[in-house]
Amino acid sequence: MSEPLIRHYGPRAYADHPPFSYPDYRSTVKRSPTHDLVEIVQTLSETTGPGQAWAEISEEDSDLTTNTGTGSPAIGERIIVTGRVLDENGQGLPGTVLEIWQANASGRYAHWRETEFPAPLDPNFVGVGQCLTDSDGGYRFTTIKPGPYPWGNHPNAWRPSHIHFSILGPSLGARLVTQMYFPGDPLIPLDPIFNSAPPHAGGRMIATYDHEVTEENWALGYRWDIVLRGELATPTHGGAD
Amino acid sequence: MSAELGQTPSQTVGPYFTLRVYRKGDEILVPEGYPGERIVIEGRVLDGDRRHIEDALLEIWQANPAGRYRHPDDTRDLALDAGFTGFGRTVSDFETGEYRFVTVKPGPVPDAEGAYQAPHISLVVQGRGMLNPVFTRIYFSDEEEANQDDLTLRRVPAPRRDTLIAQLLDDQDPKVYRFDVLFQGEDETVFLDF
Repeated sequence: MSEPLIRHYGPRAYADHPPFSYPDYRSTVKRSPTHDLVEIVQTLSETTGPGQAWAEISEEDSDLTTNTGTGSPAIGERIIVTGRVLDENGQGLPGTVLEIWQANASGRYAHWRETEFPAPLDPNFVGVGQCLTDSDGGYRFTTIKPGPYPWGNHPNAWRPSHIHFSILGPSLGARLVTQMYFPGDPLIPLDPIFNSAPPHAGGRMIATYDHEVTEENWALGYRWDIVLRGELATPTHGGAD
Repeated sequence: MSAELGQTPSQTVGPYFTLRVYRKGDEILVPEGYPGERIVIEGRVLDGDRRHIEDALLEIWQANPAGRYRHPDDTRDLALDAGFTGFGRTVSDFETGEYRFVTVKPGPVPDAEGAYQAPHISLVVQGRGMLNPVFTRIYFSDEEEANQDDLTLRRVPAPRRDTLIAQLLDDQDPKVYRFDVLFQGEDETVFLDF
C-alpha cells in the first residue's frame, strides 16, 4: 500500500491538564509559554510517534525489587502496580512503552542531584523500570512503595509518595509524562504539583488499592489505568502523490 | 467515536528523570558513515529571564532520509532502515544548558492537502518546572523555498516564523544547526497545538 493511514486525533484536553504556569509550584512561572499555542493541522508527523519504534528495541525490565542485579532484594513495602493504558474511547493500547522512576522506601532518589535529604540509599534499589503493554494495553510492575520526601518549593514542603510514569503511546500527540499517587496519602492535598491538575481530573492520578491484585504472603496490589488521547473519527488513507 | 474516559493529567518530569528517561547515546540517531545527510542540531532552552534551563528533557521524532516514519501507519513504499528509529532524546547540560543531537536531514512527508511539507523534525520539551510538554517543530534555514510553502509554517504569524527555523552555523559535514527554545518574551518560540 502506498498511501499512509491518516488518523484524526481529538484535542489534547487542556482543561484536564495543569496550566503551564501555576505559581504555587514556583519554578513553573518562568518556564511556561506566555503566547497562545498555534493550532496546526495534524499530519503524519503528529499522528505517528516513537512508541512503536522504541518498543522494538526496548528491553522489558519490570521488577524494580530485583533489577539492580545485586542478587539481594530491595528493602521496603513490596507492591504490585498494574493496570491498562487506554485511549479516551476505551480501547486498550498495546505495545506502549512505560518507563518509571521513583524514590526508594526512605524517600531518597538514587540520583546525583539529591544531596540535601539525609535519608539512606538502598544498594539493592535504583528505582527505575520499564515495560511494554500487552495486547490488551495491560502492564504490571513489581516495586517498593516510595517514601515521601522534602523539596524546596516552600517551607516544610513534602512530596506525597509517587511514581513517575513516562508513556510513549501510538502518536506523538499522545506523549504523556505523569505521576501516580497512592490512595489516602495525607500529603496529597498539600502538594502543589498534584493540585496543579484541575480538581475534576486530579483523582485520575491516584491508584486504587485492589485486594484482587494483592498476592498472599508477597505484595500489596494497586490498580491504575492511564488514559491517552483517542481518535475522533475513522482514519483515512491519504498523502502526497 | 465519542470520548468516554478523561485524559490522565500531565505532571512534571521533575529533576530526577535522567534516572531512566535518558541514556547516554540516546541523542545520537545515526552512526558515522550513515547514508544520508548527517546533521547536528544544538542549542539551549532558556527561561523567561533568559537563564538557561539546566534540566530540560528534549525529544525529537522525525522521518528518515526517504521521508518515511518508522510507524505502522506510514505504509508508503519507501525504504526503512533497521538501524534508524527516528526518535532521539537528550538532556540540557547542567552547567551550560547546551543540548545536541546528531541525526540526518529528514525526507519529504505529506501534508493534509496532498503536497509535501518542508523538511522538519518534531521536538517535545519537558523539564522540572514544566507541568505539560511543549511541542514545536525544527525547520532548516537552508530550505528557504520549501519553508515558504509549508502549511504549518503558514499557520504561524509571519513575525514569529523564524523561531521555528534552525540556523545553519557550519556548512561542513555534518552540517551544524542552532535551535534555541525560548520561553516568554517577544522572541518566545512558537509552541504548537495539534
